[in-house]
Amino acid sequence: MIRLEARPRPSWWAALASPVIALVLTLLTGCLLLLAFGKDPIKGLYYLFIDPITVWWSLEEVLVKATPLALIAAGLSVCFRANVWNIGAEGQFIVGAIAGSALPVVLPEVQGPHVLPLMLLCGTLGGALFALIPALLRVRFGANEILVSLMLVYVAELFLDWLVRGPWRNPAGFNFPETRQFHEWATMPIVGDSRLNIGIFIAIACCAVLAFVLSRTYFGFGVRLSGTAPRAARFAGISRNRTILLVMALSGGLAGLAGIMEVAGPIGQLRIQISPGYGFTAIIVAFLARLNPVGAIAAAFVLSVTYIGGEAAQIAIGISDKITRVFQGALLFFVLGSDVLIRYRITWTRRTPVIQTPEPAAVERTST
Amino acid sequence: MSTDIVLAIALTVMTASTPLLLAAIGELVVERSGVLNLGVEGMMIVGAAAGFAGAQLTGSAYGGVAFAAVAGAGLSLVFAVFVLLLATNQYATGLATTLLGIGIAGLVGQGYVGQPGIKLEQVPIPLLSDLPVIGPLLFQHDVLFYLSLALVVCVSFVLFRTRLGLTIRAVGDNHDSAHAIGYNVVAIRFATIAFGGICAGLAGGYLSLVYTPQWVEGMSAGRGWIAVALVVFAAWRPLRCLAGAYLFGTVLILQFHAQAAGVPIPSQFLSALPYLATMIVLVIVSANRLSRHSAAPACLGQAFVPSK
Repeated sequence: MIRLEARPRPSWWAALASPVIALVLTLLTGCLLLLAFGKDPIKGLYYLFIDPITVWWSLEEVLVKATPLALIAAGLSVCFRANVWNIGAEGQFIVGAIAGSALPVVLPEVQGPHVLPLMLLCGTLGGALFALIPALLRVRFGANEILVSLMLVYVAELFLDWLVRGPWRNPAGFNFPETRQFHEWATMPIVGDSRLNIGIFIAIACCAVLAFVLSRTYFGFGVRLSGTAPRAARFAGISRNRTILLVMALSGGLAGLAGIMEVAGPIGQLRIQISPGYGFTAIIVAFLARLNPVGAIAAAFVLSVTYIGGEAAQIAIGISDKITRVFQGALLFFVLGSDVLIRYRITWTRRTPVIQTPEPAAVERTST
Repeated sequence: MSTDIVLAIALTVMTASTPLLLAAIGELVVERSGVLNLGVEGMMIVGAAAGFAGAQLTGSAYGGVAFAAVAGAGLSLVFAVFVLLLATNQYATGLATTLLGIGIAGLVGQGYVGQPGIKLEQVPIPLLSDLPVIGPLLFQHDVLFYLSLALVVCVSFVLFRTRLGLTIRAVGDNHDSAHAIGYNVVAIRFATIAFGGICAGLAGGYLSLVYTPQWVEGMSAGRGWIAVALVVFAAWRPLRCLAGAYLFGTVLILQFHAQAAGVPIPSQFLSALPYLATMIVLVIVSANRLSRHSAAPACLGQAFVPSK
């Protein structure tokens, strides 16, 4: 049997090694999976993980997809640190995209340099307000925020579907379920002549600011304390309810910002489908980064590679791009598993040892 | 004429409720032993894919049922290894289970998209099925329907009338004490998690073998999550679980009938009803603080690491 032995203090080497161990274990599992499907594992892993970063255009694509992942994951890191479980980032992403798109879709005649900042602001607010629904229900009624935020994902998807097929459909769009193309003032400025837009810099800046806030400010301290030692936090005068509302609004706002940057950037209009599950993949990103907003940048890159690599592998060796989701799920398992090394030593025992002489222990406890 | 329509609607409500009931009753046992498995949605969709694939491979719907159960149990054991042996965070591990399950189901089901399925046959119970009204309503169903009702009775009996049930509840309410008096907490939780996995797998199999006998990507559509919410709604009691599952089944079906009847509400809003209903019910149940605190297993969601 495996036995866990608590370490006196968290191990620093395990903290650094755990994401690497998780990645290696995921790759090994990937090998077995590819073998099981009768594919050459080396070739498969090459197309899944190496090929996407060898050519500039596909590297650009990786960075484009990593942007929303990093942004959402940074917000979720703060949330999870506070032991608040916002699982509905996908819904907040969609609502942010909708809220930000209202301006160019409903009032396309409004033009000028103020349009894009307004859209980003609306998107952020939309996501934050949407995340406040589960937060308020949790604070006011004690409703489980995991289930409520998740239910709202389905509601948001259906709402987007209705908008794009109904009132917001492009009048000149031959009945395709999409809105009008955003005009020039309503799209993210492109960097050079690449596929990248300024969103990537916004994402990096947000991650850096969040990392600072989390590790160096009173608010960040409150968030971490409220997550790890809620009782101590209460005695220190940190309101649990206030923390829940703030971190949910923060993570929702960032997901909303990612949403509007996605539709104002690579997509350029609202469609029925605007996300390949960014909100859920970002959960994996956050854990791979060990809930560190700066680490989320690197982790987002890794997960983004699997998205692009999945498409590459589908074309090159004919394996379904669904394998991407399997990799992502396995990665989260291994990340969680290897995090155990930080707090525990793993030892093997044949049998759980029998507790001998319980009396002295009991006496000791009463005497203290 | 009207009785026929009512009967037809009642029958569709039952087929919509059965997968919710199967998944929820399994999760109820898991949570009673102190483990929160948020992987129900993943185990369900894997069960649906495996059930469909199994029926195609064996040529029999019963083969599909067996595959669904094994697939659900297999995925639940992955969850169990991480949560019980490595003491990982139960929320995050449950999510990982769901994400992995969606991936595996997509991979397995890929080759079966658009193929006609094999429907699980109805097994009328002799004599009883000839009764007027009650006969067709209760005794002309498939084996999984009977199983779902039998499980409610059995789980209710085992949990509250047997030593095994007492042990499971003890482990869920205070794992340290249960460990101290000699119960093997990890082994008991392994067993309950596997039971939950089988139930969720069967619930998924019901979707792809009875409810809509085909494979559609994402066909569980959040039912696994609704099942998790149902356990809270039921205050961890099997009989209330039965009532809750049928209530939600009714909402699911009424929404379809409203769409078919051409109610002047956009179909998307009607489709959102089950999810909104889940939220509203959660709020109402949770607002009643007294029942929430006394009902939930005390160790729910906490990792267990024996100190000695």
